[in-house]
Amino acid sequence: MLEKALTGSKRYWTWITFLLAFIVAGVLAYLHQFDYGLGVTGMSRDVSWGFYISQFTFLVGVAASAVMLVIPYYLHDYKKYGKIVILGEFLAIAAVTMCILFIFVDLGQPMRVMNVILHPTPNSILFWDATVLNGYLFINLIVGWTTLTADRKGTPPPQWVKPFIYLSIPWAVSIHTVTAFLYAGLPGRHFWLTAVMAARFLASAFASGPSLLILLCLIVRKVSKFDPGREAIQSLGKTVTYAMFANVFLLGLEFFTAFYSQIPGHMHAFQYLYAGIDGYSKLVPLMWTSTILAVFALIMLVNPNTRRKEGMLALACVSVFISLWIDKGFGLVVGGFVPNPFERITEYWPSLPESLVTLGIWSIGFLILTILYKIAIAVRERTASWPELH
Amino acid sequence: MSINRREFLKIAGASTLFGLTGTAAVEEILRTNADAAVLKGPNALNAKRWAMTIDVNKIRSEEEYRKITHACHSIHNVPDIGNKKDEIKWIWEEEYENSFPGLSDEFVPDHIKHKPFLLLCNHCAKPPCVRVCPTKATFKRPDGIVAMDYHRCIGCRFCMAACPFGARSFNWRDPRPFIKEENKEFPTRMKGVVEKCTFCSERLARGQKPACVEASNGALTFGDLEDPNSEVRHVLSTHYALRRKPDLGTGPSVYYVIGGGTEHA
Ligand code: SF4
Ligand code: SF4
Ligand code: SF4
Repeated sequence: MLEKALTGSKRYWTWITFLLAFIVAGVLAYLHQFDYGLGVTGMSRDVSWGFYISQFTFLVGVAASAVMLVIPYYLHDYKKYGKIVILGEFLAIAAVTMCILFIFVDLGQPMRVMNVILHPTPNSILFWDATVLNGYLFINLIVGWTTLTADRKGTPPPQWVKPFIYLSIPWAVSIHTVTAFLYAGLPGRHFWLTAVMAARFLASAFASGPSLLILLCLIVRKVSKFDPGREAIQSLGKTVTYAMFANVFLLGLEFFTAFYSQIPGHMHAFQYLYAGIDGYSKLVPLMWTSTILAVFALIMLVNPNTRRKEGMLALACVSVFISLWIDKGFGLVVGGFVPNPFERITEYWPSLPESLVTLGIWSIGFLILTILYKIAIAVRERTASWPELH
Repeated sequence: MSINRREFLKIAGASTLFGLTGTAAVEEILRTNADAAVLKGPNALNAKRWAMTIDVNKIRSEEEYRKITHACHSIHNVPDIGNKKDEIKWIWEEEYENSFPGLSDEFVPDHIKHKPFLLLCNHCAKPPCVRVCPTKATFKRPDGIVAMDYHRCIGCRFCMAACPFGARSFNWRDPRPFIKEENKEFPTRMKGVVEKCTFCSERLARGQKPACVEASNGALTFGDLEDPNSEVRHVLSTHYALRRKPDLGTGPSVYYVIGGGTEHA
């Protein structure tokens, strides 16, 4: 089926070239980092994780969100998702690949990455995270590929793939729960030490992932003859609405606990992120942008009149996505390191090479996504006139 | 200590199994050799749980502080990179309120408030850095020392996020050009790995006390926390001492003596 990715319009090839250019820039920046060390990034002794780990955290959420299509379709027989469930699975493949790449570029000694397998350490959450991420990638590759192949042949997917589909549901929850546990079990990092971390991760995942899916569906409809279906998009819109409310609610709980208890350690990170401490306020504009976008998106989403207009829905989805990207792809990780264990403040901002590597990995992700979608669309366009298959 | 043939084959086999080029196998041998450097000599000092006390009133001048930190950093090839971002330190000074956040208030006497405290790895009894390390590059020895294997560390920095004491430094760049005078008897580190105080395990193996203790004119003591007759136990039974962030339950093994002792009362 791969050959379908090799024929395309001029627009398709322009887009591919555009992505390749960013990938090349990212690879060059990475080679520089490989040679010099992680000192080329904005990270420091005090803020020892930065952009890479936060992108990873955010993208785990995007990957996990495929389950928001799988559950309705396979467990509740919600037929409207039949055509797009593959888009969710392929998005998961692209997102998990980016996750793995982001962890890799964050390593100080990348050539030793196999030590994680050579010296398996079950008490380390990172060990489990690597395990569940690779497992999730594997499951989605199997499920996505077999269902699409079956589709192309016009047959229902083989029976043996069903257990993998059901397995993908708890597995999706596990990747995000385990990722939350990377943070939520560390003594002395008050901002992260919260029992609702995993729940908040899942809520934000089920808002950011489906909102990206909606946008992708709209793009797919524009550039191809394959129509994901208005109703499917509207249903996804409802998922985004509920999940975004849950996410904001959970964030509210964090604020309450920190500020009603008045325990300084619990308040510090929030103060730093939303107001700044002692004039250190690099992240304040970003965090407020995130907040405003979240409020705006919720207003647009909760009102059926705006949500039903696809243009408005798209705008809301862009807002949700950016808002959560700032919140998880930036604030969450940096906030945990500020103030440092000595209650001093060291600020963080990504450097140019770091940003290029990050952009490069996002481009790789989009390249994978484009190729997979291209194949899926080609199959769908051909079978568009056929009745529902499975 | 040389690695025997069977072990080598086992490691090599495992490496091939995971499709490696053999680098990991080579590193495994290096690790064994690195361990050889701290193999115990005939006069080795032993303990069930090594611990340190630091009497803050006995270090009086900036010069005395510097002598102690310099003793450690010079013999351990700790580089002086000269900027805060890339900084590497094993033992350093920090004011009271930064060393004991939450314990400070405006009425703490000035001589305590502005007294520098010496900070280093606490060699915690339940070290979170060991718990999170995905490769066992950070591990706890039977004598309580939290040690590191620089040849195994992948530089994920999970341990830095997990240590509540800011005791760990990462080599953001090649440290070697920043070592003033290299001590050939102690390994230098490469870029991309984490490092920290070792409680001078290499000196204990030769029967010597830690370098900082030796340079401290008696302000620092070192000994077995589980031996009631040890020097640290003697200090702790006669002085009031604090540990950093005891509420987190990591069980730090470094004690800060604040009050005068009953012996001078
Ligand atoms: S002080 Fe930090 S680095 Fe040292 S043992 Fe405790 S947790 Fe680990
Ligand atoms: S940086 Fe090295 S020592 Fe620290 S957790 Fe990672 S592998 Fe272990
Ligand atoms: S015990 Fe040794 S390694 Fe640790 S601070 Fe003292 S001199 Fe340095």
